[in-house]
Amino acid sequence: MRNFIHSIAVVALLAGIAQNSQASEFVHIPGGEFRSVIPEAAGDNLVAVDGFLLHVAPVTNAEFLRFVMYRPEWQRGGAVSLFVDDQYLSTWAGPISLGPESGPQQPVIQVSWFAANAYCESLSARLPSWYEWEYVAAANESIADARDLPEWRQNILSWYSQTGGDQIADVRSRPANYYQVFDTHKLVWEWVDDFNAFLVSGDNREQGGADQLQFCGAGAISMEQKENYAILMRVAMLSALEAQYTTRNLGFRCARQIEIRQ
Amino acid sequence: MHHEEIVMRWTTLVVITLAMALAACQPQPAEIASGKAMQADTGGSAGGDFGPPQGEPIMAVLTSAPDVPPPVNRDYPAKVIVDMEVRELDLEISEGVTYTFWTFGGSVPGNFIRIRQGDTVEFHLKNHPDSKMPHNIDLHAVTGPGGGATSSFTAPGHESVFSFKALNQGLFVYHCATAPVGMHIANGMYGLILVEPPEGLPPVDKEFYVMQGEFYTVGKYREKGHQPFDMQKAIEENATYVLFNGSEGALVGENAIKASVGDTVRLFVGNGGPNLVSSFHVIGEIFDKVFYEGGTRYQENVQTTLVPAGGSAMTEFRVEVPGTLIIVDHSIFRAFNKGALGMLKVDGDDNLAVYSGKEVDSVYLGDKVIAEELSLVSDVTQAELVGLATKEQRISAGGVLYKGTCSVCHQQDGEGLAGVFPPLANSDYLMADTRRAIEVVLNGLTGPVTVNGSDFNSVMPPMSQLNDDEIANILTFALNSWGNEDGEISSDDVAAVRAATERPKGAAH
Repeated sequence: MRNFIHSIAVVALLAGIAQNSQASEFVHIPGGEFRSVIPEAAGDNLVAVDGFLLHVAPVTNAEFLRFVMYRPEWQRGGAVSLFVDDQYLSTWAGPISLGPESGPQQPVIQVSWFAANAYCESLSARLPSWYEWEYVAAANESIADARDLPEWRQNILSWYSQTGGDQIADVRSRPANYYQVFDTHKLVWEWVDDFNAFLVSGDNREQGGADQLQFCGAGAISMEQKENYAILMRVAMLSALEAQYTTRNLGFRCARQIEIRQ
Repeated sequence: MHHEEIVMRWTTLVVITLAMALAACQPQPAEIASGKAMQADTGGSAGGDFGPPQGEPIMAVLTSAPDVPPPVNRDYPAKVIVDMEVRELDLEISEGVTYTFWTFGGSVPGNFIRIRQGDTVEFHLKNHPDSKMPHNIDLHAVTGPGGGATSSFTAPGHESVFSFKALNQGLFVYHCATAPVGMHIANGMYGLILVEPPEGLPPVDKEFYVMQGEFYTVGKYREKGHQPFDMQKAIEENATYVLFNGSEGALVGENAIKASVGDTVRLFVGNGGPNLVSSFHVIGEIFDKVFYEGGTRYQENVQTTLVPAGGSAMTEFRVEVPGTLIIVDHSIFRAFNKGALGMLKVDGDDNLAVYSGKEVDSVYLGDKVIAEELSLVSDVTQAELVGLATKEQRISAGGVLYKGTCSVCHQQDGEGLAGVFPPLANSDYLMADTRRAIEVVLNGLTGPVTVNGSDFNSVMPPMSQLNDDEIANILTFALNSWGNEDGEISSDDVAAVRAATERPKGAAH
């Protein structure tokens, strides 16, 4: 009732969103094994990923707007400050309006892990794990694991060579990859469920010592798998975050478990 | 309380007196020879704690190169607040070439920090919201694991705060240590922090901040446009640019640092790397003193000093005669072919007893033309920009460029060398086809040619690092010199040929 005055406008807006936005589709990702940049154990970097469903594109401003319409506790100004920092959704014109700075088809940014998680839960989904994300992001347009190709690496590094203040493109502006998934690279960073579990030190050179994972995560990768520099930088970015943080180049997409019927 | 205060003051006084006594105690030549003078030391980090910070906290003055903050001029340990912002910015690395630098404070190198030994630094590292990357800072002046790196790891749009006490005096490098650390340094994330000894540094007339670093771009040296970072070249330590203060133009022409005859000049020299060690040298000067490695001792009468990657040196010298001193990395191809070149312009009266003056303004620069002549080139570049470049301007600018780039082989008189390098003077080959001439400069020429009836069979490398303007000027000069009659080539002519011909594979990949 408290939003009664808005409700007519809201209904009109929602109709517009439904027409403009491609509904958040999931695509089936078949399971498999791959070499991760963050091995589970020293010397063994093969990781098994079960089949799962993944959003074909990052969640857009329009989609996230629809979410906060229904869930005012996740609106800017309404969200609990433990769960979001003071820049949460700050690029939007208002709590329930996008404004000229935030196109409906651009990926939503300035969202915290908590907010992203709540969004995915509202779709009976979850954030993808790092391994799931890395597995899908290893693909180029034609093959599942393109990481040994110099072009693949340079393509990603070239995104790092652009300053972050520029306008972010709409989702699906570039061709989909092997799995029919869009925008794994060159659009925004993306939250993953276990972003804070990397145990990668903020200091690139910290090796060995008490924590073996730090050695594997930071040292061994950067020295032995130079083609993975591009991914390593994403790991560094994620490990700089706290769950309530939001940044101008950080969005997310959701994943969903495949139901196994007994 | 009162009693303790007095004891504290006494202790401070004793330390200061001791320090002054040490400073006043000039070693005698015999002592230096016998090594006695080397026995007195500063006490290292154990001698650097002068107790808790006193007085009001002080905001550190931060400067961008080549400027240096004023001397600390304080006789007690203070709390110093350093407020530094990380920005990722597109800046010019060379004329017409941009690069995305990651910076401490908006420029490369990062802000110069100046504190006193024993100060407690409260460091605020802010990562601008537009940043794509997380960043941190490792200050070599910090005693503690990581040098502050783990405590300062900061996501875009956030701020970290940590504190340290500067226990060791000296000139220290700081840099970003976020994974991959090499790339963060290669993009310009380094600077200097000076920890003055308690008694300060002896006063000098001029102080400057010069920091070397090398850059790895996908395109070749001076290839125009925006150039991304090339990881492979960085791993191979195959630098595209070796620069002072982050840009080819940072210390030349109007940006040259300046002093007057009789001044004592102190250069705070750093080397960010990420890979290369610098052979730091000033052409036309001898360093009266070098505090090598940024430490406490000095060597005297030094021509060239090594500055390691992630290291520093403090050099002092008195300038005796007017003219332009050229600052180089004396690993000399870096100076002439990768940009490691700066200038210190000294004004004042001639001192013919010290230097004859014959070549005061004409420093020998090998295949590179001297500063004053380069102004001819920039004049015509300027004119080209507004569409007013005259043929005469082209010819005079082209002559300067010819001297720097072409005359080594084709000779100053255009005659070439018989049987090896074809002549350009009275050249039938050159005059027959100007488009072909542009192609040869751009793409090089390999294999047999006949010029003025003589056969040549050698290799000319592609000169595609020259921009359209420069090639137009050089060729216009050649078409109007040494008996060649008339012809003019415009930048547009060169641009058309450049666009129409496939570029030879260069360093880019």
